[in-house]
Amino acid sequence: MTAIIDYGVGNLFSLTCSFDAIGEKAVVTSDPAVIKQADRIILPGVGAFGDAALKLMSSGLDKVLKEEVKAGKPLLGICLGMQLLFEKSFEYGEYEGLGLIEGEIRPIAEVIPADYKIPHIGWNALIFRNDDGGLFKYIKEGDFVYFVHSFYAAKCEKNTAAVAEYGAPLTAAVVKGNIYGTQFHPEKSGDVGMAILRAFCERKCEAC
Amino acid sequence: MITKRIIPCLDVRDGRVVKGVNFEGLNDVSSPVDLADYYSRCGADELVFYDITASSDGRKLFTDILCETAKKVFIPLTVGGGINTTEDFDRVLKCGADKVSVNSGAIRNPSLINEAAKLYGDQCVVISADVKRVDGVFRVFAKGGRENTGMEAIEWIKRCVGNGAGEVVLNSIDTDGVKKGFDLEMLDAVCNAVSVPVIASGGAGCIDDFVTLFKTLPKVDAGLAASIFHFGEVSIKDLKQRLADENINVRIQR
Repeated sequence: MTAIIDYGVGNLFSLTCSFDAIGEKAVVTSDPAVIKQADRIILPGVGAFGDAALKLMSSGLDKVLKEEVKAGKPLLGICLGMQLLFEKSFEYGEYEGLGLIEGEIRPIAEVIPADYKIPHIGWNALIFRNDDGGLFKYIKEGDFVYFVHSFYAAKCEKNTAAVAEYGAPLTAAVVKGNIYGTQFHPEKSGDVGMAILRAFCERKCEAC
Repeated sequence: MITKRIIPCLDVRDGRVVKGVNFEGLNDVSSPVDLADYYSRCGADELVFYDITASSDGRKLFTDILCETAKKVFIPLTVGGGINTTEDFDRVLKCGADKVSVNSGAIRNPSLINEAAKLYGDQCVVISADVKRVDGVFRVFAKGGRENTGMEAIEWIKRCVGNGAGEVVLNSIDTDGVKKGFDLEMLDAVCNAVSVPVIASGGAGCIDDFVTLFKTLPKVDAGLAASIFHFGEVSIKDLKQRLADENINVRIQR
């Protein structure tokens, strides 16, 4: 069973449905007991980093996530959920993240040409970089996924599994051991997205 | 690079798609769920569901249909029609919509865009504008293009974007239904006025019209059409292949 963390950020309907579509059991929850029972965890999120980080920390779910990850349980952060895995963000201020992956979240405006539109919204091709930890086993380089974001993960080259070219290479996916993150929305990326979720669902905690 | 998007628009009344012909392998062309699934498999990059229902029963049916579609179709869904309040946003977002387009609702209540953008983010709010030339000036029309608001269109669209609309759908009433191509002049004016994505709507009659659109106006992000897709005049698969052949960056499925 996959636990989809509900911490009051964003809409979990499509994400939940996508698990139904690939025949995997998923539970939307904020209950630490359920999260501890789960085989793997999804950290979703849409909106502003500061608000989301505050919600995660004030609910104490940050500690639960860190404990589970430390024990070896696979975790996938999606969109803002991926950004929260990093040390800090400079989205409208400076905020601390979970610090599970080295790097920081910065405005894409800093790296893309001035005539590029913000947000980076739409379908873009994945360019593979470092080890994908099995996340891309069912897809190919050049496959398209759906992005919506104005901030990106910087200074995380060694954990970058894929980038998307938008006037600059923007971090599209990160992998560090049992910790995974996608800037794009697999649940909105058609068959390619489903294939990525399917690959993640094959990840299990070795020690749990 | 980000691809140009091809977006079929499904007009839904009382839970059924209003117009359409039979496609190979698709029996019920008026089922929004089946048609959405079909388009998704043909390579549509996004779908717009437009609620043209007048009654509250129809609205409930629309919301149910949206939920059913979102359970099966995993590409971005935009919902428009009958969006007047942030409660309307909430209603459709909970059913799997990713973006919500406002038109008359924003004209009646200009703070709607601002309120919705604060609650759901700019990326969620789409301003859809019905625009027509009146004595050489682009004017915004309300109520499905029936009522001239008197507002100058470019200023109106700029204001909506300033208030937090993250995307613009420009429907040219002048070219809509004529099938002689998109309204390039009007689109150019809008593209030069705003820095958010612009979706062209109204006027597409054949594949060449999309090629001309993206070649002439590289700033346009997407092309939207309804009847030419529903009546099978243009197949999305052929359209995207042709765009790719013309070196226009599109998403081609394996």
